Amino acid sequence: MRLAPKPVQTFRDDFTYTNSDEAIKRFPFPFPEDEYMYSVNIEPHTLPGPEGSVYEHLFDIDEHYLSEMAERKQVLAENPKRCLAMDHMDLACWDFIDRAMTTMSQDYPNYFTLEKDGEHWTWENKLLGIKDTFTFGDSRTLPHPPMEYMGCQVQGDIALLDQRDNDLFMDAGIITCPADWSLAFDAGMSFSQWHGPVPLAHEAGIFERALKYLNAIPVDQPVRRLNWTLTINARMDTSPETYPNWGTDRDSVTPENVGEKVYLRVELQVLDRMPRSNALMFSIRTYLISMNDLVTNPEWAKRMHRVMKTLPEELIEYKGLTRYHSTLLDWLKQFDLEN
Amino acid sequence: MSAAMKVHVSAIRKVAPTIKEFILTPADGEFFPFSPGSHIVVEMQTDSKTIRNAYSLLSDPMDNRQYRIAVRLQPESRGGSEFMHHEVHEGDELTITPPNNLFSPDWRAKKHVFFAGGVGITPFMSYIPEMLRRGADFELHYMYRSTQTGAYVEALRDLIGERLHTYDSITSSRAEIADIMAHCPQGTHLYICGPESLIDTVRYRGQQTGWPASHIHYEAFAAPKPGKPFVAELKKSGKTIYVPEDQSLLEALEANEVEIPNLCRGGVCGQCRSPVLDGDIEHRDEFLSEKEKSDNRCIMPCVSRAKSSRLHLDI
Ligand code: FES
Repeated sequence: MRLAPKPVQTFRDDFTYTNSDEAIKRFPFPFPEDEYMYSVNIEPHTLPGPEGSVYEHLFDIDEHYLSEMAERKQVLAENPKRCLAMDHMDLACWDFIDRAMTTMSQDYPNYFTLEKDGEHWTWENKLLGIKDTFTFGDSRTLPHPPMEYMGCQVQGDIALLDQRDNDLFMDAGIITCPADWSLAFDAGMSFSQWHGPVPLAHEAGIFERALKYLNAIPVDQPVRRLNWTLTINARMDTSPETYPNWGTDRDSVTPENVGEKVYLRVELQVLDRMPRSNALMFSIRTYLISMNDLVTNPEWAKRMHRVMKTLPEELIEYKGLTRYHSTLLDWLKQFDLEN
Repeated sequence: MSAAMKVHVSAIRKVAPTIKEFILTPADGEFFPFSPGSHIVVEMQTDSKTIRNAYSLLSDPMDNRQYRIAVRLQPESRGGSEFMHHEVHEGDELTITPPNNLFSPDWRAKKHVFFAGGVGITPFMSYIPEMLRRGADFELHYMYRSTQTGAYVEALRDLIGERLHTYDSITSSRAEIADIMAHCPQGTHLYICGPESLIDTVRYRGQQTGWPASHIHYEAFAAPKPGKPFVAELKKSGKTIYVPEDQSLLEALEANEVEIPNLCRGGVCGQCRSPVLDGDIEHRDEFLSEKEKSDNRCIMPCVSRAKSSRLHLDI
């Protein structure tokens, strides 16, 4: 890791979250074209990816590690239902533990170590001061349920999808920084059910094709896509359950504060087949960048303006941008005068 | 397409009159653990062509030191099983794909009932250790002909005792499928692996008595059957490819450096679907709907062939 974790910053109340120059540089800017196009945009997540980029490792650990782990603990304390695993998902949770511990200890040896003595594993997380010895596969030997135990040590949300009847079901996960969706609500749902609300995509047959593709992902050949939305303030937890805390933020955007208030929120979504359980791990690593930081890159600033300008009405509505879309557009125009 | 892996054949033994078991160990690195019901695709290089057949893994999924497969000699097929039986020796190197799973148990089931026909026992061999670990309720109905098949009966009896029900068509009576199904509690999932006739019997019975389709799982023997030779013309690459009687269209395409995504090579996963512009298709897959088959607009080249002497493909 080129970015050492910074001391804890906040994603709520006083919002002390900041991106270093280095973090801005590696931000996964999601728009490949000037015009907004809806597409599934799935591609192989070939590892290791380019050095230093967010694609380098399966789990990207960066300067916000401690802050995100602290935020996760806080969300779980307020609502323990943000983490759940149905009984039949126990083995899938252990698959996730294996994948996370094995890759993180290889990719970030300074921070994480894993020693295996047959089924007896010792895991050390130096960043969080955790060291535990346990029996692989035996959930009673961990201090917390397996989903929660490991979920509280990786950045980003994790869902484990059970594959049955050529469909995927959200039967386990730890979701504390969702872009306006809820694990408790989606739990047990099938792929098409939890995608129910997405406009424009159904007609295009996108989900049907995507589902077939996902069902066929082989072991050790993860795939990825980027997803994006906008968030007001650097708030990680924009779940429906906490809507009262953040819903009115959207009214607070003015021409004066738009640069600091509006954040582009990008999710690096990775799908990875779990070998023992055949479940699919769906990891959602969230990156936030303020408009002020984003426009330090003139290319991004220009493109952001063009994409916002061509965004279809349905998506402005769906992504919850209606109230401040025009304010944002006016502000972005200064970086793209010829358009 | 799955990355190829090199393996060593570390042991071969006869486990039934027509079935040989192969123990595969990694040539370098480590094997992945796998999920119950997974298969691998084995690549076989004969003098004239490359055959790729899918075989279920039958070892304990948690044991990643070795993969085991069992191959039944099928002299009337395209030569894959003959190659495995006659050309492969201990110490040889083979190329396989990493495991994939198209026949996974539904772990929410109240009870699991397995119907195995002959070499169709193989996927259940990997189910059972995991079922035992989880304390799942299951029973196995195993049908075979002891002069040909019936591998692992003794080992299974030691392992699962009276949960094993055997039916040797040479010495004992046939399985009363309807009866077995009638005695399953609500929430039972059925799993069938074996010849088409067995799968059809269970599915038909299920339809008649109102089993939810989502509670019946099956896996047919995947190896494509031979058929009439034909010529495939490819629009995009401009190639003309001869498909002999004992090669699948997919294999013929691969032999001519036309790579098509594929996974099961048995007409069930849907990966290899390819558009057809012209020619009569002989559909042999389980994937396309009746409507799609009668539209004659796409083909699953891993198993399906041409009725006409030419097929024009939009690839
Ligand atoms: S490869 Fe699975 S249907 Fe052809």
